[in-house]
Amino acid sequence: MLKTFKIGGVHPPENKLSKDKKIEVLPLPKTVFIPVAQHIGAPATPVVKRGDEVKVGQVIAQSSSFVSTNIHSSVSGKVKKVDFAADSSGYPKQGIFIDVEGDEWVEQIDRSNDLVKEISIDGPEIIKKIQEAGIVGLGGATFPTHVKLVPPKGMKAEVLLINGVECEPYLTSDHRLMLEKTEEILVGIQLLMKAMNVDKAVIGIENNKPDAIKLLIQKCKSYNGIRVQALKVQYPQGGEKQLINAVTGKEVPSGGLPIAVGAVVSNVGTAFAVYEAIQKNKPLIERVVTITGKGVEKPSNFMVRIGTATSELVEAAGGVPENTGKIISGGPMMGRAIRTLDVPVTKGTSGILLMKNEEANRGECISCIRCSRCTAVCPMGLEPYLLMTLGEKQIFDRAENERIMDCIECGSCSYTCPSNRPLLDYIRFGKGKVGAIMRSRKK
Amino acid sequence: MSITVVYTIVTLAVIGAVAAVILYFVAQKFKVHEDPRIDEVDEALPGANCGGCGFAGCRAFAEACVKASNLSDLNCPVGGNDTMNSVASLLGLEAVKKDPRVAYIRCNGTCDNRPKTSSFDGATTCAIASSVYSGESDCQFGCLGYGDCVDACDFDAIDLRSELGVPQIIDDKCVACGACVDACPKSLIELRKKMPKNRKVVVSCRNQDKGGVARKACSVACIGCGKCMKECPFDAITVENNLAFIDSDKCKLCRKCVAVCPTNAIIEENFPPRKVKPEVKTEIEPAK
Repeated sequence: MLKTFKIGGVHPPENKLSKDKKIEVLPLPKTVFIPVAQHIGAPATPVVKRGDEVKVGQVIAQSSSFVSTNIHSSVSGKVKKVDFAADSSGYPKQGIFIDVEGDEWVEQIDRSNDLVKEISIDGPEIIKKIQEAGIVGLGGATFPTHVKLVPPKGMKAEVLLINGVECEPYLTSDHRLMLEKTEEILVGIQLLMKAMNVDKAVIGIENNKPDAIKLLIQKCKSYNGIRVQALKVQYPQGGEKQLINAVTGKEVPSGGLPIAVGAVVSNVGTAFAVYEAIQKNKPLIERVVTITGKGVEKPSNFMVRIGTATSELVEAAGGVPENTGKIISGGPMMGRAIRTLDVPVTKGTSGILLMKNEEANRGECISCIRCSRCTAVCPMGLEPYLLMTLGEKQIFDRAENERIMDCIECGSCSYTCPSNRPLLDYIRFGKGKVGAIMRSRKK
Repeated sequence: MSITVVYTIVTLAVIGAVAAVILYFVAQKFKVHEDPRIDEVDEALPGANCGGCGFAGCRAFAEACVKASNLSDLNCPVGGNDTMNSVASLLGLEAVKKDPRVAYIRCNGTCDNRPKTSSFDGATTCAIASSVYSGESDCQFGCLGYGDCVDACDFDAIDLRSELGVPQIIDDKCVACGACVDACPKSLIELRKKMPKNRKVVVSCRNQDKGGVARKACSVACIGCGKCMKECPFDAITVENNLAFIDSDKCKLCRKCVAVCPTNAIIEENFPPRKVKPEVKTEIEPAK
């Protein structure tokens, strides 16, 4: 029987238009803009200046604390400037502009496609290398991976969960990666297992990807301790806590980390990046990005260098179709609408979605009719209508008691609301405020 | 029958008497001594409970006044100098004269001046919109126009005119309580010195981008050229981060800066029409 998580969840139309499109390598752009804050935690500090020559894979911004990562140059060429530029939100963020000249890589990087299976280094070294390679969670949250692998004192990881769920509609980057880089991902998983010193790993995959499930089941026979778990299609199964619940049946306590139930979750994309970093010495400089949408001429999956402008991707997929209402960075449920196509692809960009006008329209917001659908679909067992009101009226102490910080911002409540109420907008606002209050209390 | 009535009355009377005695002693024991002057000061205050003084309400402000040894740090912006004089005379203290203030929204990014480049369909409050993105125009500093300041104002002194896209302060109603200043996530609102006849000369812009970027986003943006600073005979103008600022305490309303501003970012309000150059007037009159 297929497993899934116990509380809530929705099933939006899948629309995986690009699932049969092989990963293509996007041609090198002319310039890139690489932001220094592409991850959760402190922004990295730039270590190059205007006029410097850089190679592919060279560190251009150094991590500034433990919860932070290095940023590497994804192209070779000359640093044009280190400056602030508006990102998807319209607010300026610091980053490094590089004019591309040629494609010269740092020497240690192995650019061949040969599979390297033998693991030659031990756990702590793996973690160190992951940290140096600037690897973050590629599922979208971009939490530095090396931090996850070091459990807090007194806790021990028992199982590694690999997230191949890809529950967001439209997105297919993880799906393609599992089909095309199967063995690499499995070696990456073994590396992660060794780093964490666990002997069990489970790959969770939703049942709408039968080809990936079949292929991985067949391949993982030759790898010790790895098994595949097929899951019923349900959004947001790709959420860390939902995946843990679906696979192990355990529930992460409110405010706790997955490690509290002995689990660590990593994305398949992260496992692939780990493989490349350790077996090939290649830092995180490119990722798979799905470019899709109902009006898009050629929905595709591209291997894109970090820092490439969104406009290049859109061009490669056939340009912006007429009557496009919204362009979203990420999936339709959790992604963010972007204001211009100058926004660069970062480590967390899993897809670019061009929504048609009629899809993008939120609809008129009317009064709450107390149907309680939001409560029914909330995968964290919260009461979104109440949290929205508390955010709106700015009653933050009560919102904290109602566990507003447990919200994973999956957007199931806003999706399901028949009155089109912007539930998540207010909850996210409240979360920000409550988070600030909690931090100030700690000080 | 009648005896029951007597018993009832007697019992109740005894209980009442005992309770009265207990209550008397308890009241004596836990008596809270309150300065009678607090009530008097409270009476003299406007009673708007707006919090403009920085205290939780008029009563809290009255308590602070009674405790204070001088009134230099305390001011009721709603009542102004008259109220503070009467408070001072009640307490036997010296009143400190303060200039009355009025709020001003430093953005003139109306629909004509600042073209929209995107549209937002989320929750329509400034606080949420500003946390998600920079605004519908290319100016990340300007007014979002969802009216958090209008909601914050207890005195109906802010008028959100949707045809303009930017709210306007109604000077005669504004009491300078500062509620809108706190409500604006873009920090556009400033409490400026109230001039005679509500006259104003003010840089109606907060854009700190470089000149070219600012100008592209909005036709009346301050580009930080510094012409006004050189022109000002009273040193009232400073330019910092590509943005000019006129200190209302130093400004003498000479309007020389208005004449030199290349982008009409400096606005003059409530002046009689200029006599010397009547053709300039049409250009620099604020959009209404």
